[in-house]
Amino acid sequence: MAVAATQDAGTGPAGARRRPPAAWTGTVPFFAYAALFLLLPTGIVIWNAFRNSTGGFTFSNLDFTAPGVGSAFIGSFQLSLAASLGGAVLGASLAYAVATGNPDGLIRRLSVAASGVLAQFGGVTLAFAFLAAIGPIGLFLKASWYSSFPWGIAVIYLYFQIPLMVLVFLPAIDGLKTQWREASESLGGSTWQYWRYVGGPLLAPAFLGALLLLFANSLSAFATIVAWEDQISYVVPQLIGTSMISEVGLNNANQGDALAVGMIVMVVIVMVCYFYLQRRTSRWLR
Amino acid sequence: MRTHKVALVGVAALALVATACSSGGSNSSSASDKKWDTAGSVSAGGGMKALIAAAKKEGTLNVIALPSNWANYGNIIKQFTAQYGIKVNSIQPDDSSAQEITWIQQKKGTSLDADVLDVGTAVAVQYKSLFAPYQVAEWNDIPANLKDPTGLYYGDYGGYMTVGYDSAKFGTITSLNQLLGPKFKNAIALNGNPTQANAALQGVMMASLAEGGNANNIAPGVDFFHKLKAAGNFNSVQATATTIKSGATPVVINWGYLNLASVVGQGASWKLFIPPNATLGAFYDQAINKDAPHAAAARLWEEFLYSQTAKGGQNLWLAGGATPIELTAMTSNGSIDKTLAAALPKASGTSVFLSDSQDTKAAAFLAANWAKAVS
Repeated sequence: MAVAATQDAGTGPAGARRRPPAAWTGTVPFFAYAALFLLLPTGIVIWNAFRNSTGGFTFSNLDFTAPGVGSAFIGSFQLSLAASLGGAVLGASLAYAVATGNPDGLIRRLSVAASGVLAQFGGVTLAFAFLAAIGPIGLFLKASWYSSFPWGIAVIYLYFQIPLMVLVFLPAIDGLKTQWREASESLGGSTWQYWRYVGGPLLAPAFLGALLLLFANSLSAFATIVAWEDQISYVVPQLIGTSMISEVGLNNANQGDALAVGMIVMVVIVMVCYFYLQRRTSRWLR
Repeated sequence: MRTHKVALVGVAALALVATACSSGGSNSSSASDKKWDTAGSVSAGGGMKALIAAAKKEGTLNVIALPSNWANYGNIIKQFTAQYGIKVNSIQPDDSSAQEITWIQQKKGTSLDADVLDVGTAVAVQYKSLFAPYQVAEWNDIPANLKDPTGLYYGDYGGYMTVGYDSAKFGTITSLNQLLGPKFKNAIALNGNPTQANAALQGVMMASLAEGGNANNIAPGVDFFHKLKAAGNFNSVQATATTIKSGATPVVINWGYLNLASVVGQGASWKLFIPPNATLGAFYDQAINKDAPHAAAARLWEEFLYSQTAKGGQNLWLAGGATPIELTAMTSNGSIDKTLAAALPKASGTSVFLSDSQDTKAAAFLAANWAKAVS
């Protein structure tokens, strides 16, 4: 707020004319990119969700009571919840362990670098790694829960969820000042009291924000779950796959668009929560 | 992983728009060869010599969804190029029939469009308005119930649903119910998801026939897979030659020609089993894209595929373990390769072929019940 106020003072009526015209043009590529690759495709998906195969207008694609659709949305929610809660708790613990260590130490640099790589690890390679390691003929373990839904696939998702949590949550933990802890202790606060009244409330909005990011991340994952389980459509992205590639007469690209709209609605709800929590985060740290 | 965001569906849609805008691109047939765009037979276009000349002038043929180890397509393509000097451009070999249709809809009018299609009958019937009617010289040797009367699509090769397994590991299988036994823990896989892949749907239907169902009733098959899952024997990984080789899917339910020891890379102990009274067959269909960028080459390809000569498509499909559509006619006129024909898997009892409505009915039942039964 203080920074913003200073800027306001500097750019009064006179300052407005002095603003270089090129300042906003720097954002054009970003907005053009967003319009082309986010807004336009979203619009096309929504448009097609209300069309039938011959191009006429219809609501029939949005029949979310069709066989398998309801259970797929529930499955998507269960899986995303399990994979985001697990990833957030474990990732936050790891991030805290890393943050409290030597800031220039090898462990921290290794953890951050590894997280950067592993947060992007997924798809067929990830599913195969788990299949080979702990699948039915696994090298290390023949896990009976490997093929159970949502736990088996949630564990696989944790492999990229935990590193992602470390990446997004580490800056928040770094933001905790040692002086606050010292202040709490010098006033006679216990460790529990410090976390209950100082650290916890400070980190909570960032934690929930990261949780929502993880939720959206596992909601939209497709390649990993298809490689893990080819024959049962547990989640919505798999059903969208069926609507695109089925050769037994269940292909209906417009229905796939309608399912995508359903997922967009889910993501929008998640994003609204996320922005609300982001606002709270910044209010706390002001 | 993270590249598979929902928005990507939209990006794909955007790509569609982009390709639609770029239509009106090159079309390689020159004015004098325009007649092949609509020719309904080789004689209607001016004879075989004219067809070969026109096809050679085009120089290229775009085929789609033809894996090289599927029904001998690798050799068939090589043989076609050797015989006519026409380059074959093989697009997306692992696509499904539905993806073939998407491709020709999106690439319409461009030189990337596929000339000829090899699709399941359900898809062929649904999208026949996209095909050009054409009757090959051997038209009368194709059984009437396995082709569209006007030649929009016509059966090409097929086979029976089989259980492929390693007899050295499991002994000889004589009944489907043996698969429920404890030694088949995690062993049995289908070729894909039955709500998506025709080969997998037919695998469930085969189990249904063996379990007392019929072509109109796939429920006993779904029950069988439910029991298989409950026994811990159903393996939900899609079976491929790689999963078979690694031992991940030691028992595979698939078309006979995709389940041969030579195709899946197994030794002599790899056997095929067709359950008694569950002889379920199906033929794929050929069709020519009505917007084919290489109309003459497309028609020459069909003539080649249905040719009964020793190096023609029919005997080459047979060499890939598939049953060529003209088998009966070729057996009576003596043009069939007898050694190869004798090696086809033996089927007992009456063969069942699903009609389109039976196929649709089965798919609708699976859409509602499959996931529940095996999860």
